[in-house]
Amino acid sequence: MTTEQQIDKILIPILEKVSDPEIPVLSIMNMGVVRSAVIENNIVKVEITPTYSGCPAMDVIGDDIKAALKAAGYHSEIELILAPAWTTDWITPRGRQALEDYGIAAPLDAEADKDVLLNGKRLVKCTNCSSTNTRLVSQFGSTACKAQFQCDDCQEPFDYFKCLK
Amino acid sequence: MNNNLYNYILGIADNSLILGQRLGELTGHGPSLETDIACTNISLDLFGQVRSYFQYAAKIAGDDRTEDDIAMLRKERDYVNVLLVEQPNTNFAYTMARQFLFDVYHLAFLSELEKSKDLTLSAIAKKCIKEVRYHERFSSDWVKRLGDGTAESKTKMQNAINDLWTYTDELFHQTEADKAMVKEGIGVDVTKLKEAYYNNVKELLEEATLEIPESKYFQKGGKKGIHTEHLGYLLAELQYMQRAYPNMEW
Repeated sequence: MTTEQQIDKILIPILEKVSDPEIPVLSIMNMGVVRSAVIENNIVKVEITPTYSGCPAMDVIGDDIKAALKAAGYHSEIELILAPAWTTDWITPRGRQALEDYGIAAPLDAEADKDVLLNGKRLVKCTNCSSTNTRLVSQFGSTACKAQFQCDDCQEPFDYFKCLK
Repeated sequence: MNNNLYNYILGIADNSLILGQRLGELTGHGPSLETDIACTNISLDLFGQVRSYFQYAAKIAGDDRTEDDIAMLRKERDYVNVLLVEQPNTNFAYTMARQFLFDVYHLAFLSELEKSKDLTLSAIAKKCIKEVRYHERFSSDWVKRLGDGTAESKTKMQNAINDLWTYTDELFHQTEADKAMVKEGIGVDVTKLKEAYYNNVKELLEEATLEIPESKYFQKGGKKGIHTEHLGYLLAELQYMQRAYPNMEW
């Protein structure tokens, strides 16, 4: 089992244009959900892994990849794989930046994540004013992968992408 | 088809399915917006997990059965979930107590299932456990908050724990499928999880300033398909669309 992605270089620009339907600014490549994409006998075989088991975006992502590849002249087969399980560590630095720009605070490391979600520590940076004077509103947010926070300096309510390891 | 493996998977997945349905009932009815969203998010996680299990079970069955058939078209006696998860959302204290008593078990169970010789089950367990850690944090937080809260919240949480306690022992009963799968290194020996479970639960109840129930009378039956009266109503709602419009798809 490998955590390295095997992606054919020719396919990268095509796959980079496919975005997460719930976070449109974020390419699925920067999200780390594409685990492999190779061309075999003129068919592109793509393996994707879900962020969360119940993520309703997975079916859409599969369809979007198929459509993008078809537009580029490829037939494709999409396979959903579970192992190794997705982790927020696979979100690329560009992906983290895209999240922040969109108004979603990027995941902290596991220890700090526990501190903010369980122990009320103020470590998450407000996506509006960059203050860390922020507090947890709800451990679960608009989707299963996010928690709700509010900034006590500028009052901005925002989502925090929870650490998943 | 490997009947023991098929039944074993149902035994795991039915717990998540029925609990997920119970939590889903709170959509739009949670006591506050945040708890409403949390419960439905946990429900969504559980349904996602159920899909992985039932897709695998359908593959093992090897006939034209689909994941939806397994979830929607069985009769009450064919569901093998534990009685705990089918108990109703009497009030928010019940919902959180039920969740907590299940989450502590679920977490211990999945950390053993991760080691299964069956690679699919092990992969599903590794995926699920990350989500269940959040569930357990959420539910234990609420048990503490209500237990160590006002006189009213404490009474409600204590009543919920007392009432649901009777369903906890069944979590550690072995079915025939369990025994066969443990022998093959695929299944988890749930009897070995019991001691640590009660220790963990008791520790948290103490922290929540709640009393640990002393009753030694325990209910069982769910794992054999003999359920409390609540399951029938739940299934009526769960299965309504498939029964009214057979083979309908979204």
